[in-house]
Amino acid sequence: MTKRQNRMVLVALLVAGVSLAGYFGLRAFNENLLYFFSPTDVVAGKAPIGKSFRLGGMVVKDSVWRNNLKVNFQVTDYVNTFGVKYEGILPDLFKEGQGVIITGSLIDKTFIATQVLAKHDENYMPPEVADALKRANE
Amino acid sequence: MWKWIQAFASPQNFYQISEKIIPWFLSPFIILTLLGLYWGLMVAPIDYQQGESYRIMFIHVPAAWMSMLVYLIMAIASGIGLIWQIKLANVVAKVSAPIGAAFTFLALITGAVWGKPMWGAWWVWDARLTSELILLFLYLAYMALNNAFDNPKTAAKASSVLAIIGLVNLPIIHYSVQWWNTLHQGVSLGINKVAIQDSDMLFALLLMATAFKFLYATLILLRARDEILFREQNTRWVKAVIMGDEK
Repeated sequence: MTKRQNRMVLVALLVAGVSLAGYFGLRAFNENLLYFFSPTDVVAGKAPIGKSFRLGGMVVKDSVWRNNLKVNFQVTDYVNTFGVKYEGILPDLFKEGQGVIITGSLIDKTFIATQVLAKHDENYMPPEVADALKRANE
Repeated sequence: MWKWIQAFASPQNFYQISEKIIPWFLSPFIILTLLGLYWGLMVAPIDYQQGESYRIMFIHVPAAWMSMLVYLIMAIASGIGLIWQIKLANVVAKVSAPIGAAFTFLALITGAVWGKPMWGAWWVWDARLTSELILLFLYLAYMALNNAFDNPKTAAKASSVLAIIGLVNLPIIHYSVQWWNTLHQGVSLGINKVAIQDSDMLFALLLMATAFKFLYATLILLRARDEILFREQNTRWVKAVIMGDEK
């Protein structure tokens, strides 16, 4: 082998080695890399109940109840649903049917939230198009 | 073929050719940016969810794409530098790092400014945001390592290995929104997916994305010329260039 071919093999080995290490590293930490748990994950016992964790899902339609800064609503993944209690300012995107990620802990089957974040999807369109799509679905 | 490549990649030849092609990258950048900003800020309609705020996408998305593309180019140039020991490849890798770091920083900052009103937080430690921050640290580490050696050959060797190791982060950034639950939304624009359902929005985004590529090409040529003059300062042709400039 020439010196150049030798170096080529070394670089290829470096790339292969790092990819393998990365693959196993990510597999090992897979659970820790989840930013939130869905209500179904919580029911399945995957979430650390008793500690603070993040719950993600959709705000159930007609479930939002407000009193000044106090808000109650329900979060669902269309399989399981949890009631949420929160006191504080909500992000602009927060509304019924919107995706949310809530930090807090589960006490007596109610999620006591310390932070509510809104999650929006990857779709971008003008309001008229969104309305038209909505009408077409109904 | 091999000889031809080597001749083109010789520092002197590159210095002379690059001077002529810089305007061909700089002027498209200026025209496309002005057109892209006009299209994005004036022509494109508001978004059904995010209203006017989504318009920061026209800077954020091209910057984020560039942060990864520049790293890919840097790593490939590093590999070429290691294997074939072409001086120009080492120069391209070295001068790409600060440009890539700047694009990464821009993506992170515009993302934070966007996240506060939309999500309700400047920063969260989800997989997408964290892996992009690691990309910034990789660029900074590359620059620090490259500057730690006085001999440019040793510097190129050490930092090239780091650049290639960091390559593993690129698929993680790209697929982070698919592999794990994240606050960051999924892919809007992919090979077989277009979730931007308005032609003016899409057009503005593509204009800006193309403009950023011309910006990178311009910056890399300008910086590479400086780096070459510095590295070849003891050669006859550089002295001739300097003397010629003083006339």
